[in-house]
Amino acid sequence: MTLKLKLHTKPEVPLEADCICPDRMQSLNMTEIGDLVTYHGNRQVPLKNFFECSGEFDGEIDIEGDLVNVKHIGSTMSFGKITVSGNVGVHIGAAMSGGEIIVEGDASDWVGPEMYGGRITIKGNAGHMVGSGYRGSTVGMQGGEIIVHGNVKNETGHVMRRGLIVVAGNSGDFTGVNMLAGTIIVLGEMGIRTGAGMRRGSIICQTKSELLPTFTRSCDYLPLFLRHYFKHLESLGLIISDSLINSPFERWCGDSIELNRGEILLYAGK
Amino acid sequence: MKIKSTTIVDTFAEAFNMYVSRVIITADSKEWAIAAAQSITGFATSVIGCKCEAGIETIIDPNDSPDLRPGVSVLIFAMDAESLGKRLIERIGQCVMTCPTTACYNGLAGGSPVIVGGKLRYFGDGHQISKVIDGLKLWRIPVMDGEFLVDDRFNIQEAVGGGNLLILGKDQKVTLKAASAATKAMGKLTDIILPFPNGVVRSGSKVGSKYKKMIASTNDAYCPTLRGVVEKSELDDGINSVLEIVVDGLTLKAVENAMRVGLMAAIKPGIKKISAGNYGGGLGQHHIHLLKLGF
Repeated sequence: MTLKLKLHTKPEVPLEADCICPDRMQSLNMTEIGDLVTYHGNRQVPLKNFFECSGEFDGEIDIEGDLVNVKHIGSTMSFGKITVSGNVGVHIGAAMSGGEIIVEGDASDWVGPEMYGGRITIKGNAGHMVGSGYRGSTVGMQGGEIIVHGNVKNETGHVMRRGLIVVAGNSGDFTGVNMLAGTIIVLGEMGIRTGAGMRRGSIICQTKSELLPTFTRSCDYLPLFLRHYFKHLESLGLIISDSLINSPFERWCGDSIELNRGEILLYAGK
Repeated sequence: MKIKSTTIVDTFAEAFNMYVSRVIITADSKEWAIAAAQSITGFATSVIGCKCEAGIETIIDPNDSPDLRPGVSVLIFAMDAESLGKRLIERIGQCVMTCPTTACYNGLAGGSPVIVGGKLRYFGDGHQISKVIDGLKLWRIPVMDGEFLVDDRFNIQEAVGGGNLLILGKDQKVTLKAASAATKAMGKLTDIILPFPNGVVRSGSKVGSKYKKMIASTNDAYCPTLRGVVEKSELDDGINSVLEIVVDGLTLKAVENAMRVGLMAAIKPGIKKISAGNYGGGLGQHHIHLLKLGF
């Protein structure tokens, strides 16, 4: 039976709830789960002050309510599944290494920062810094997948090193800024300064985009490896058009102010 | 036992434990996929002289292929896992990577992985790129027509090799026709290959030789020209041609089934006997008795 958490009191200031995590909740009874410590602003409060707990933990946690002000859900999780029926606050899935988080609504900034593994699916939009490194960190996301069905804001995949970020809508500015490796796929449009400072890695976009002058056009070709990504995305419920699968892409290499080993692939079909 | 006018000899095929890998080759067209498959399975009739045995298993429809392009499935067998890993690197590197538009994927779900793409990647001279997609690592190696895509690892599993049928006919023409009918029927099966040219071998061998350096030599007991010369010929009067079909398969059951299908298809007028080759039973781990094949 799934553990159900229902928000009964909306936090007035951000509530840090990194205790909402399968790793922290396994082997606890309902009383112990209710007593788990959260931070409401700078005050320690038990989880039960904000959430009604029911059911039984079997590896899955369902959360209900408007969680815009609830931070760090699923931080450092390594297994299990969290489903959020609504919107969610910042730092969801921070540094997670396994398991799955599904958000039915929108997510705020910092989705999956510095994550190592697992999958985060946002059915709505997400904010800035999806899959990024924290300010001052030299390495961001190091594995796993972040799938956003809607749009994202700026600096998606900042200093990302491994893993996959997919944006079914549009992405903001500085997509893949200072990227070290990994893959970002944007099925909508990208903002400006895509891939600025990237060393390695792939940024793939379904639409044309104006790139920085430090990127050089290599060729038009049919990147076969994309079919594997597209097949994978279809298995995750995203709709990929046949034209995208069968069309050539422009390959741009850069950023020449860095290693020049990164690539931006822009759809070149009609 | 006799079926129609053909005698099924009460004997057994002596088969061996081997190791196998399934290699999926795709290309822009079926023709190029087959070209690469023919190349990778070339000079791979017998482990005795070729270090491995290989053949085309089946043609793959684009809808069933890993990258939605026409494909060919190839099985490669060797006597040990380490040797098979080496053969995969050599053959994929020289025969598939070189063929225009191709990509190459592991086709076995089970077994133990060996690194193949992860070694071929060095051909990229530092420009190679790896991608992990849904948990599987692929290498993108830049080549002159774009990129060669290859799985990092290929699985190797235990298998059975050396299942065989000996078709003994009244003349070469009739025997070849029966052998062709058998290989045609067996060619429709999956999980097996027939490693010899068109699935048929005429130079069956026995263990050892009068020459010290030879580990195998002609199977004189089945050579029609040596009847009356060798001490013990297996050929009766009226048998003037013998052809062999060798079967390697993923499992003993697959080999047995292929032998049954082949045997039934080879029963034709003029085929006097169908037998099987063995070495007295002391070498191979599997004894496949013809009369227990279930026809």
